[in-house]
Amino acid sequence: MSILEMIYGTPAGKFVAKKAGLSEPPTLRRGRTMPSGPVALAELGGGGLAAECLQLLGVSTVEPLLDVADARTKDDKGRMQPPRYQTRPGAVVVDATGVRRITELEGIRQALRPAMRGLEKSGRIIILATDATGVEGLEAKAVAQGIDGINRTVGKELRDGSTSNLVFVKPGTTAADLASTLSFLLEGRSAFVSGQAWRVGPSKDPHDLTDRPFDGRVVVVTGAARGIGAAIARTFSRDGATVVAVDIPAAGDALAKVANEIGGSALQLDITAADAGQKIAGHVARVHGAQKRIWAIVHNAGITRDKMLANLDEKLWASVLDVNLAAEMRINDFLLSNPDAPGGLDTSARIVGIASTSGVAGNKGQTNYAASKAGVMGLVWAMKDELADRPITVNAVAPGFIETEMTGAIPFVQREIFRRTNSLNQGGKPVDVAETLAYLCGPASGGVDGQVIRVCGQNLVGA
Amino acid sequence: MTTRTAVIVGGNRTPFVKAGGKYAMASAQDLLTAALDGLVARFGLAGQKVDEVVAGAVLKHTRDFNLTREAVLGSALSAHTPACDLQQACGTGLEAVVYVSNKIRLGQMDVGIAGGVDSASDAPIVVSEPMRRAMLDLSRARSLPDKLAALAKIRPADLVPVPPGVVEPRTGLSMGESQARTTAKWEVSREDQDQLALESHHKLAEAWDDGFFDDLVTPYLKVSRDGILRPETSMEALGKLRTVFGKGDEATMTAGNSTALTDGAALVLLAEEEEARRRGWPVWAKVVDAQVAATGYVNGEEDLLLAPVRAIPTLLERNGLTLADFDFYEFHEAFASTVLATLKALEADGHGTVDRTKLNVKGSSLAAGHPFAATGGRIVASLAKMLAEKGPGSRGLVSICAAGGQGVVAILEA
Repeated sequence: MSILEMIYGTPAGKFVAKKAGLSEPPTLRRGRTMPSGPVALAELGGGGLAAECLQLLGVSTVEPLLDVADARTKDDKGRMQPPRYQTRPGAVVVDATGVRRITELEGIRQALRPAMRGLEKSGRIIILATDATGVEGLEAKAVAQGIDGINRTVGKELRDGSTSNLVFVKPGTTAADLASTLSFLLEGRSAFVSGQAWRVGPSKDPHDLTDRPFDGRVVVVTGAARGIGAAIARTFSRDGATVVAVDIPAAGDALAKVANEIGGSALQLDITAADAGQKIAGHVARVHGAQKRIWAIVHNAGITRDKMLANLDEKLWASVLDVNLAAEMRINDFLLSNPDAPGGLDTSARIVGIASTSGVAGNKGQTNYAASKAGVMGLVWAMKDELADRPITVNAVAPGFIETEMTGAIPFVQREIFRRTNSLNQGGKPVDVAETLAYLCGPASGGVDGQVIRVCGQNLVGA
Repeated sequence: MTTRTAVIVGGNRTPFVKAGGKYAMASAQDLLTAALDGLVARFGLAGQKVDEVVAGAVLKHTRDFNLTREAVLGSALSAHTPACDLQQACGTGLEAVVYVSNKIRLGQMDVGIAGGVDSASDAPIVVSEPMRRAMLDLSRARSLPDKLAALAKIRPADLVPVPPGVVEPRTGLSMGESQARTTAKWEVSREDQDQLALESHHKLAEAWDDGFFDDLVTPYLKVSRDGILRPETSMEALGKLRTVFGKGDEATMTAGNSTALTDGAALVLLAEEEEARRRGWPVWAKVVDAQVAATGYVNGEEDLLLAPVRAIPTLLERNGLTLADFDFYEFHEAFASTVLATLKALEADGHGTVDRTKLNVKGSSLAAGHPFAATGGRIVASLAKMLAEKGPGSRGLVSICAAGGQGVVAILEA
């Protein structure tokens, strides 16, 4: 810890920091906890899906306040104020799936204005809209994208750990298809996901939503010995999974600790080995039973070998691309093309990868890393099409600044800047990445396919 | 009579490290617990009960009277896993494997763990005999004068602790000095010893590079490879070392062709064959048979470390095999000259030769190190994996010499 960081940690330091505009970041609501305040549901013309979905989740809703002229009141200075909630809502769900015209966007404004300063801490704005592919006409398509602009801006304006996210619903999507997404967004599991938009469609292989979705299921997590990987292993285990924790042999002791802690198993393996896929399947069959299948594989293992391109040789270049991208492809390739291999993929398995905001926006000194992580995103999009006729889904998360041993090594001032340059004013926790991955891998999330969800607190980097 | 077969399904050890090195602060119990936890994680056994864990240590604290059970309690295994300590010097690890496989074959257990641990760094310190007597008197003394009288008996010289030595009580000779006599008697040359040591290092390094130990070793305390291993060593480098055992021109044994004091733990997972198959565990090799023997070394007529020369023929005869019927030979290298003298003695007794290309093919104790009781577990797990890779019907012979003129040998078969 640097002297600067120590001073910053003292009450005096915090006071000075606050005067300088660096307020204490809010503590986010995490885990499988619902908002404590009521959930307000605003249905714009033609909605209905959100109501049905919330009912399915057993969430009762209240009427939203709408900022219309006759609902406003004058404050003591005589200015017109939007209506104020008596009890701060925990979430405002806006069902805009029926919105097609520019003039109808006004409905979203009306529903959101009273919520902007009326939400409880770690509150939620969740907007549902119809995906542009499901609407007719230029105006409707432009409007769909317009809603995303609202969402992203609302995310930046919200305070006290509240988030805003948008779900684009594809044609034919049912309330059951949407349930896992809506529950994820309402609960604390989505704490560090804000300003994001992703698409949900009809599930390829419907399953019911439960709190222990991975009971009896095997989940493989690479890079599981420490940091984000260990958090992923623990989170899947909490949700019922038997976790196969994979990491390089040199990290075997930390890996064994994680595996034993969660009652999983450890596989010491260099994932860049040509036969890594076979070895993973073989381990699953051997340790967990020949009839067991891999329900989900989380490709978390990754390395950085940062250097400005001006100083970057072929060795550093190749090692990062091999570990972060090529190894993942080789393992997927084996598992997908050997569906009957003992310990192989379940017919409706989930494949998830880890991209990065560096892959979205680039980052100085990380050409190799950004190439690999942008590659992971490209892989997700391409595999979604390739696997269109199989009930397997492929998704990724793109973490922003997450507090780990690795980011702990970044110099304090730079680290503090990384922490602050997002809408939640803080770094995320490894568990935030893990929760999002677990949501994507949930059996009930069969309608979420080909998506890259950023877990970055709406970091400025990466747009 | 019995139709039950005991098979080796896997193993785990810590990397081995020279005494006083990175494991200096780890106790034998710490090391054994670490090896257990690695094995438990490899086979997803956390929270589960194993029928019995059998292990031991040669350098053992009196406080470690229940070493293995304590290690089990500190591990991720279910607390309902019973454990037992066993000791036969360097034969401990292999004897533990024999003990467990025999219980499995008799139907007394289905799944067991066998092995051993030693920490030369954490060796018990013994106080001098006058000091010990004075302390006992002190503990019995009731009055202050009696207590002072007990303390007064202690002389400054009594305060010097007695360091642990690898000395045979009946001959007063260190193991190295005993072996030096054997080396001279069997006319084992310095060059042959250095050559065997060199091969041991090169083969072990190659096995590490090939990932052979990926599913046999779990790192411990930031050590992920055997610390004694010298991949870059050469005949020239080994030839430059001064001799440390033996006298004058007869001295050929150096630190390079003798095993160093080492810390480490090694374990083997064994199961009844059907049980292993039911669980989907790999059936690497079965434990076919084992034999123990001892030499009358005290009067100097026989050699301290050549008891395997007595055990091997008995074992072969009982199983209708000859020395030529093996695909791999794992001869523990207490010293390079032990192995070479053993081979010479077997040949002299008319048992034929051992194909040197099949001997210790993944390196052995000279390169890996030799934490006494851990050596059996290391060898058995590695050999079983080699046999599984070689294919069904392949056979391996294990030979381990032990202090007290004893030897433990065993046959494994894929």
